Amino acid sequence: MQQIISFLYKNKYFLLFLLLEFFAILFTIQSHSYHKSKFINSANFVSGGFYNKINNIKEFFILKEENVRLSEENVQLKNLLNLQDKSFTQNDEVVYDTLKFNQTYRYTSAKVIHNDFRKNNNYLTINKGKSHQIKSDLAVINSKGIIGITKSVSNNYSTVLSILNVNSRINVKLLNSNHFGSLNWNNKDYNTVQLLDLPIQALIKVGDTIITGGMSTIFPEGIPVGTIKDFDTNNNNYEYINISLFNDMSSIGFVEVITNLDKLEIKNLEEKTSNE
Amino acid sequence: MNRENINIAILFIGLILLQLIVLNNINFLGYINPFLYILFIFLYPLKKIDFSLILLSFFLGLFIDIFSNSGGINAAATLFIAFIRIPVLQSVIGNREIDFNSVSIKKLPFYKLLYYITILTFIHHLIVFGLEYFKWNNFKIILIKTVLTSIFTIILILISFTFISRKR
Repeated sequence: MQQIISFLYKNKYFLLFLLLEFFAILFTIQSHSYHKSKFINSANFVSGGFYNKINNIKEFFILKEENVRLSEENVQLKNLLNLQDKSFTQNDEVVYDTLKFNQTYRYTSAKVIHNDFRKNNNYLTINKGKSHQIKSDLAVINSKGIIGITKSVSNNYSTVLSILNVNSRINVKLLNSNHFGSLNWNNKDYNTVQLLDLPIQALIKVGDTIITGGMSTIFPEGIPVGTIKDFDTNNNNYEYINISLFNDMSSIGFVEVITNLDKLEIKNLEEKTSNE
Repeated sequence: MNRENINIAILFIGLILLQLIVLNNINFLGYINPFLYILFIFLYPLKKIDFSLILLSFFLGLFIDIFSNSGGINAAATLFIAFIRIPVLQSVIGNREIDFNSVSIKKLPFYKLLYYITILTFIHHLIVFGLEYFKWNNFKIILIKTVLTSIFTIILILISFTFISRKR
């Protein structure tokens, strides 16, 4: 026992180094696995508050672009309103649309306060958290298309696993047929992502639109993703399909977080079926 | 608190802020972000066995990691170069017995200083990018990024050294 203690005492410098290095590697490995990085992330109180302060200054410079984007969205929504039946809007009576009582998706607006897009595993930080009913595994979009999925959540902030992340897999489909595939990123170009697992029966052309598939409980169906940039076939399979995103991932200001209110019900049902 | 400790504290906080606010957003040529914060390791007073440097370098790296969502890669790399800096310095000077009271980084001849900075910076960047990709088949990308970013970091460190030595 004495010898062990004296050994520890003699080598305490080296042992302290080893201990700290072990912790550092542990944090690294935890951050590589999907749901484990609990406190080394930018959603905590200190770093979230810090990025919020910096972003208040940055925000000033993107106001113009953000206004353009909002007005484009406004025009689009107004056009949608006009598509509705005229007879409803011309009468001076209130219409109770019973469909709207059974709401499936709830939208929460949030502001991006930190955005990575040049790294291997990219994350965003947004300024909404637990106190705004944000949980992990919720869809994050803006008017142009998908952005990512929420990961760690603190009281007032949360981190978003960007689609520009090697760990990200999102179910998508072609707009003009119902063939499904999954969206992945090969960390080369931040405006191009890859479509995997698309069956060869699906006929595609350059310029075809890709939308979210609605097979998962995270993303609603039909959110725009991007258009096919180029592809190649090999051995009766699609070797690669590159998709150029609608979103410019390097400049994202305001986003919407989508909560699927039926998620619990679907999950319970699926669990029940698989247990039987 | 004496004057030296206050200077170290200012350097610690200043380098973290500089790294997070300015340098992490440079994206020179698309992806090069210099890691100037390791200047802290070079400017910290020399001592043979130094527990405070080991602890400080760990927390320096960890702060950078927390803000850039990267787990513990900067902490691991910074801690490692803090641990090996004395052996590297001994081999660069070519003298095993260094009198730590008289030797100062700022008094080294230029080519030895450059050699010392290059070795430590290269090792640091190799660990950072190696842990970030975490796969051997990305070795080419890791090496390219390490070399390009190292060049940028070394230039910035040398520029800051000229500023510091001119002041005194």
